[in-house]
Amino acid sequence: MSAPNKSYDPVEVEALKPEEIARRVDEALAAIAAAADLEALREVKVAHTGDRSPLALANREIGALPPHAKADAGKRVGQARGRVNQALKARQEELEAERDARVLVEEAVDVTLPYERIASGARHPLTAFMERVADVFVAMGYEVAEGPEVEAEWFNFDALNFVPDHPARQMQDTFFVQGNGTQGDESGVVLRTHTSPVQARTLVDREPPVYVVCPGRVYRTDELDATHSPVFHQIELLAVDEGLTMADLKGTLDHMVQALFGPDMKTRLRPNYFPFTEPSAEMDMVCYVCRGESVGNPDRPCRTCSSEGWIELGGCGMVNPKVLVACGVDPEKYSGFAFGFGIDRMLMFRHNVEDMRDMFEGDVRFTRPFGMEI
Amino acid sequence: MRVPLSWLREYVDLPATTTGRDVQEKLIAVGLEVETVERLGDGLKGPLVVGQVLTIEELEGFKKPIRFCTVDVGRANRTGEPQEIVCGARNFSVGDKVVVVLPGAVLPGDFKIAARKTYGRTSHGMICSGDELGMGDDGSGGIIVLPPVTEVGTDAIELLELVDEVLDIAVTPDRGYCLSMRGVARETATAFGLPLRDPALLDVPPPNAGGYPVKVADPIGCSRFTARTVTGLEPEARTPIWMQRRLQKAGMRPLSLAVDVTNYVMLELGQPLHAYDRQTVDGPIGVRRATPGEQLTTLDGTKRVLGAEDLVITDNRGPIGLAGVMGGANTEIAAPVADPESGRLRGTTDVVIEAAHFDAITIARAARRHKLSSEAAKRFERGVDPEAASAAAQRTVDLLVLLAGGTAEEGVTEIVSPRGPRTITIPADHPDKVAGVVYGRETVVRRLQQVGCDVYGQDELVVSVPSWRPDLSDPNDLAEEVIRLEGYENLPSTLPLPPAGRGLTERQRLHRRVGRALAGAGYVETLNYPFIGSAVLDQLGIEADDPRRDAVTLVNPLSDEEPDLRTTLIPGLLGALRRNYGRGTHDLALFETGPVFRATGEEKPARRLVVDRRPTDDEIASLDASLPQQPRRAAVVLAGAREQAGWWGAGYPTGWADAIEAGRAVAREAGVELIVRQDQHAPWHPGRCAALLAVADGEEILVGNAGELHPRVIKSLGLPERTSAMEIDLDRLERAASGVLKAPRISTFPVATQDVALVVEAAVPAAEVETALRDGAGELLESLRLFDVFTGEQVGAGKKSLAYALRFRAEDRTLTAEEASAARDAAVAAAVERVGAVLRG
Repeated sequence: MSAPNKSYDPVEVEALKPEEIARRVDEALAAIAAAADLEALREVKVAHTGDRSPLALANREIGALPPHAKADAGKRVGQARGRVNQALKARQEELEAERDARVLVEEAVDVTLPYERIASGARHPLTAFMERVADVFVAMGYEVAEGPEVEAEWFNFDALNFVPDHPARQMQDTFFVQGNGTQGDESGVVLRTHTSPVQARTLVDREPPVYVVCPGRVYRTDELDATHSPVFHQIELLAVDEGLTMADLKGTLDHMVQALFGPDMKTRLRPNYFPFTEPSAEMDMVCYVCRGESVGNPDRPCRTCSSEGWIELGGCGMVNPKVLVACGVDPEKYSGFAFGFGIDRMLMFRHNVEDMRDMFEGDVRFTRPFGMEI
Repeated sequence: MRVPLSWLREYVDLPATTTGRDVQEKLIAVGLEVETVERLGDGLKGPLVVGQVLTIEELEGFKKPIRFCTVDVGRANRTGEPQEIVCGARNFSVGDKVVVVLPGAVLPGDFKIAARKTYGRTSHGMICSGDELGMGDDGSGGIIVLPPVTEVGTDAIELLELVDEVLDIAVTPDRGYCLSMRGVARETATAFGLPLRDPALLDVPPPNAGGYPVKVADPIGCSRFTARTVTGLEPEARTPIWMQRRLQKAGMRPLSLAVDVTNYVMLELGQPLHAYDRQTVDGPIGVRRATPGEQLTTLDGTKRVLGAEDLVITDNRGPIGLAGVMGGANTEIAAPVADPESGRLRGTTDVVIEAAHFDAITIARAARRHKLSSEAAKRFERGVDPEAASAAAQRTVDLLVLLAGGTAEEGVTEIVSPRGPRTITIPADHPDKVAGVVYGRETVVRRLQQVGCDVYGQDELVVSVPSWRPDLSDPNDLAEEVIRLEGYENLPSTLPLPPAGRGLTERQRLHRRVGRALAGAGYVETLNYPFIGSAVLDQLGIEADDPRRDAVTLVNPLSDEEPDLRTTLIPGLLGALRRNYGRGTHDLALFETGPVFRATGEEKPARRLVVDRRPTDDEIASLDASLPQQPRRAAVVLAGAREQAGWWGAGYPTGWADAIEAGRAVAREAGVELIVRQDQHAPWHPGRCAALLAVADGEEILVGNAGELHPRVIKSLGLPERTSAMEIDLDRLERAASGVLKAPRISTFPVATQDVALVVEAAVPAAEVETALRDGAGELLESLRLFDVFTGEQVGAGKKSLAYALRFRAEDRTLTAEEASAARDAAVAAAVERVGAVLRG
């Protein structure tokens, strides 16, 4: 470094000559552009902006200049350093972006790899469907009632106006429970043959108005085959209030099938006989599969409805006043309606289940696709 | 009830274009369940004619005897020459009239007839059996032999009424009257708005003293008994083809003329009838209850021992019939048999006809007791029109006179217990109120009259119901009649407005959550049959005095091997596990929720309470006391891999820990933290079994068990190795449920982490070490986690090292290092003192 010298002509200082500074800048910019990676750029940075770099050394010469020359030289060097730093920064960003892009490419994985570490579980479609049906009614203000599966005959039959010699009470339909003690004692207890005893239990327990549904498991002595099971499921509905009519029953049924099967679903009531309802009806809905198009159309037979166009859902009707009396409800003041449907059958045609056995054998390949809710 | 459309038309003038399907639709709408409409003779095409067998040549040398016949078919074959036909049947002789189908014809089932070579001859057509013509099996298996009077060349399609439609109606228990043509015709007439020709409207002579003597000792069991006598029946007389065909179409097999006539009249009028061979009845006919031990051989050849409730028909010797169910063999109408000497036919010539009315319940019980469901019993059980008895007897007499050349005796016996008309009083708008439709009085009255009721009164209707409708007894029964005839399909659709509901109960929500939690944890739900036998309990190693042996037993199980109801969910789940395994799925996690059934031994027989009022609370309690306990449970079984090996690394097998964790998952849904203790309990591995406990009302209660199954159980049930299981009682868990959760306070001050490794005896349960650490650490402890368990030389034989990460935090300040260390030291000190732990350096 030169010592301060008042007579010194800045133009004469080699390092501060404009050409010399421009040359240094060009050198620096070329080196920056040539740096191939961040490591090389770091070296370029030291060489061209570090303490020992030509521009830094030139900068120090300024201090030795006479005051009038300082400003000019300072401006020149400052601009030069600014240009170099700016180029450095730009190149730094450029190289970092390149590096990042490269790393991301290197880190790329095959996202199509399978990842079934734990197989998914599922709820049984019958359970899920019973909840779904119940929820339709809960949303209308009904409550869910429950009762025991091993039930007293009085609730299962007598209270529902099944007289003692009714065919449904006979051995071929009902599972009877053995009595205590010596053999042959009649226990008066059965496996409930329908969910209807819950009607009686509910009426005995609650004051009208009563609006309940009862989904549950029931038993009949049928051997298991493609369309029968000794254990199956029903949902029972009971409404007892002042002034309820068959039109209300019809409306409630319409609402249910539309909620479960779609807004264009229709129902049909046919007169029938059940001891616990009077008048009684069988309820059909338009075939979910063929929508009635198989009727009289031999080219398009429908297995679900046997080309009848209608599917039988179950029995319903106005609660027989005798049932109300047996449960302590005044039939002069209150009327009611009730229905009971086979959930299994409904599920079978809603989901195209061909064989009843699939629902009771517990094969995970059948159940798993149904997931949590259906 | 099978109803031929051609027969139905005899009582209702249906338009000629009306099809069986049209009638089906209308009848369904008024409440008759017409299950099928069978189209008889569909696709049938002639020529099908009556022929007479001229010659029979027996062909030898074939596997079965074959006949080459010539048959006179008149001009039906255009030539008038005898038709040459090969036939394999043998039940006919030269001179017999038979049904011949000629080339060019088509039989049901698209069976085209052409001349063809067979057995070395050419057969120009076929001699037909009933089966081939779609007439149904007549039991003979042979070809049809027609009565000799039939004319050769007659068109057999018309003669045998081969083209018809038959409605098959499933008659509900309340509509017994529809087990007759008369009843179905009445419904058809009303449904079509046409008049009815009632076949029961006959001229009947009044009763007199000259009839066959009858004594009814039980007027409740038998409220009516009509006896008529017909003599001089010709044994040669055969049932005419039209009657045979109607019986066949209705599903009955023609037998002999007298029997066929009684069956025919029963089908027509719904009144079961019985014909006794007068020669074999000894003295007056009686009706009484049987003396216990009395015996009767019924027409089906079964010897029956009678009980005191059985109603019997008697003569001087004793029972000759089980009333309303089946006649006795000793007075059976004899089928005509050729006398070996004279060659003349001999058979019953004089008959006594019984048309009686028996009590429905008496007959139902008898049919059930003797496991004998006859056409007669089926009708009496559902109620027969008592007023139709004398008409039915008359109709039978008329037919026997007409068809069998008999003579009606003038004597008419009729014993009747008088009973008044049954009336029901209803407000005229009662049907309107039930239906939710305004029909108006006029419609209500008209509809009730169509049903057969007499109706009086204005606002209050006094309705007297017809004798054939014993099911009509209450106002709603009459409402149903009006509504069904007005059409259920015309009911409007309205929605009632229930009061605001409370949604699901806590218990119902819990049951749903448990299912979702287990499914979410990878378990698949199964619904297993709850039937078990003692064999599976033996295989599970359950001791004789275990409460799971206290099963509820069925009187009539589907399988004698499994007469009991499940006392645990495990057997059903293991069955499903094994089934899946057998079908090639080896990594399995299954669950079930549902009740188990535990007999307490205290159950008293459930009483049959009255139904004319609400039972008292005590009575209801007595019913509930007759039931076994039915607690709801959840259970899981697991086998194979819990987590699969894959590109991510190793998998791991299912095991005891998964089973216990499933228990914790269920308990969490109830807001219960389980206490897990070592246990020994069948069917689990004695060293890998946990008792699951919870605190309810301040007391620990056992809620379930979990772990790996005993190797012996796995072997005896053929299960995959290391199968694990858990079962937990949801009702008990519910008792331990904590209720509404209080939200935790969250401290935002920094956490201080301290790790400790403790050496304890191998037998010390980790849960006890943890409890000691927690108790010792005090309130500053935020959480504690066991992150390593280590055994080996470094820790010494019979010992294990447990490494815990402890996290401390205060609610109101940053903890100093000294505070955190002091808390840790206190935790360790408690472990040292309570479980003999040694701090590892």
